[in-house]
Amino acid sequence: MENLHSLTAHELKELMASSPVEPSKILGDVLKRVDALDGKIRAFALVNRDGARKACASAKGGGRLSGIPVLMKDNICVAGEETTCASRILKGFKPPYDATVTRKLKEDGAVLIGKANMDEFAFGSSCETSCYGATRNPWDLDRIPGGSSGGSAAAVAADETIVALGSDTGGSIRQPAALCGVVGMKPTYGRVSRYGLIAFASSLDQIGPITKDVKDASLLLGVIAGHDEMDSTSVDLPVPDYTKSLTKDIKGVRVGVPKEYFVKGIDREVEDSVKKAIGVLKDLGAEVIDISLPHTGYAVSTYYIIGPAEASSNLARFDGVQYGLRDSTAKDIIGMYTRTRSEGFGDEAKRRILLGTYCLSAGYYDAYYLKALKVRTKIREDFDNAFKSCDCIVTPTSPTPAFRIGEKTDDPIAMYLSDVYTIPANLAGLPAMSIPCGFSSGGLPVGLQIMAKPFDEEMIFRVAYAFEQSTDFHKKRPRL
Amino acid sequence: MSTIDKDTVKHVAMLSRLALDDSEIAAYSRQLASILTYISKLNELDTKDTPPTSHALRTLKNVFRKDSTKPSLSVEEALKNAPAKEGGFFKVPQVIEGK
Repeated sequence: MENLHSLTAHELKELMASSPVEPSKILGDVLKRVDALDGKIRAFALVNRDGARKACASAKGGGRLSGIPVLMKDNICVAGEETTCASRILKGFKPPYDATVTRKLKEDGAVLIGKANMDEFAFGSSCETSCYGATRNPWDLDRIPGGSSGGSAAAVAADETIVALGSDTGGSIRQPAALCGVVGMKPTYGRVSRYGLIAFASSLDQIGPITKDVKDASLLLGVIAGHDEMDSTSVDLPVPDYTKSLTKDIKGVRVGVPKEYFVKGIDREVEDSVKKAIGVLKDLGAEVIDISLPHTGYAVSTYYIIGPAEASSNLARFDGVQYGLRDSTAKDIIGMYTRTRSEGFGDEAKRRILLGTYCLSAGYYDAYYLKALKVRTKIREDFDNAFKSCDCIVTPTSPTPAFRIGEKTDDPIAMYLSDVYTIPANLAGLPAMSIPCGFSSGGLPVGLQIMAKPFDEEMIFRVAYAFEQSTDFHKKRPRL
Repeated sequence: MSTIDKDTVKHVAMLSRLALDDSEIAAYSRQLASILTYISKLNELDTKDTPPTSHALRTLKNVFRKDSTKPSLSVEEALKNAPAKEGGFFKVPQVIEGK
């Protein structure tokens, strides 16, 4: 059997059920692909060959993803495997425990093949702030794959893994999925345990699947979702069988289209692709409704107060005492903290720590942080009102296709604005997915974002699957 | 809202335990000023009567569990990643001034 790496998880499961294909054969084929391609794509922070081979040997057939190679973003703890958030400050850190999602995947029989490159501590939209260097977009190696889960998305697009996990704080799963032409889902805040996810902004972070198609996303989310007593913000609700939502029937589903997402700044070809996609949904029997989310224009500002504020607090733990880098030249402890942090953090991490610390400091707390929390309420209320008249909301995922490496590195605000369409779902805690919906004239993928009410991932799967099965965008692969 | 001058950047860097050289201070003060100007857009909104949202889970109240003993990391495992350790503790440079 050739080209096992190019199949989806559900295709491989079918194959394993009907013919003698061993998990080690799938792994071997995927690792061969990694060896052939990752020198130019650089999607991996770490390839764990031995661990993966051992997992194959013990993989039992019963699990939903047993025998399927999975790539983990480098901010998700895997016991004994270097986990660095692509930062110098965590070089050499081997967690003594598994994240809950890691444990669930292992128990299911999945084969963890290594760690995906990312923006340092997930701070970025381009995968350029990694201490390992930039990941390349498989569709055009001179362009960024998106971020921060750029390694996960690029690896899935290049068939260097079957599925991957990412994390999403302001769009870090959906934007790279859109830019790499794959499926990426941020579940509802509280749907998936964050235990063992190295925290960026605790009120916004969620782990989610990055896959080649919608069905694989439904399988992977089914394995990782659910309540966990190790994360007090994980919600105790039953996890539905998401594959049951893949019905292709969306007759009568009310699809909201917010006018505020189609304004200045959006690329013409992105707008065209998304409008055509909305036409497809209409042809499938959905009812398309014009809606308004009036505070959309304030979401980026709100996020760039709340995100850095929480990050500056979460990153206080990296001080050279318990793990990772330590500068040993300082004579006293404050000097040790300061030198370790100054050496260990990259430029964007420092910028966000400074911004967050400023917004939380005495005299500025009310003007910035508290103000942002109040505007967050207004953004959430926009969605509450919108969902009175629609079942889901569709928008572009990213205002532009993948930009060139280096294009936005000197302009933080331009970089931040690439998350303008994805941030609101994090602030409101909503589930949201990006699926492929077209290509630019230059051959770069375009993503369609689908958002739904909290804990209504089923609606997203239903709409996404109906669209996917009536189009061919998800079948296109980059020429590599 | 105010912009951010070099002395403020130095103060915030001290609070953040970051050492910045002069060129970094200049660059961050310029970049943070432009970010803060962008962010100040929020002042257009009247939020006098709007309650703050600190997290997205509306129904979540305090989460309690039984105070019972469970297995946890051994001292050895907890210290495994420590840059310096001694006698079952994390070892750090001098904290209290003395001789």
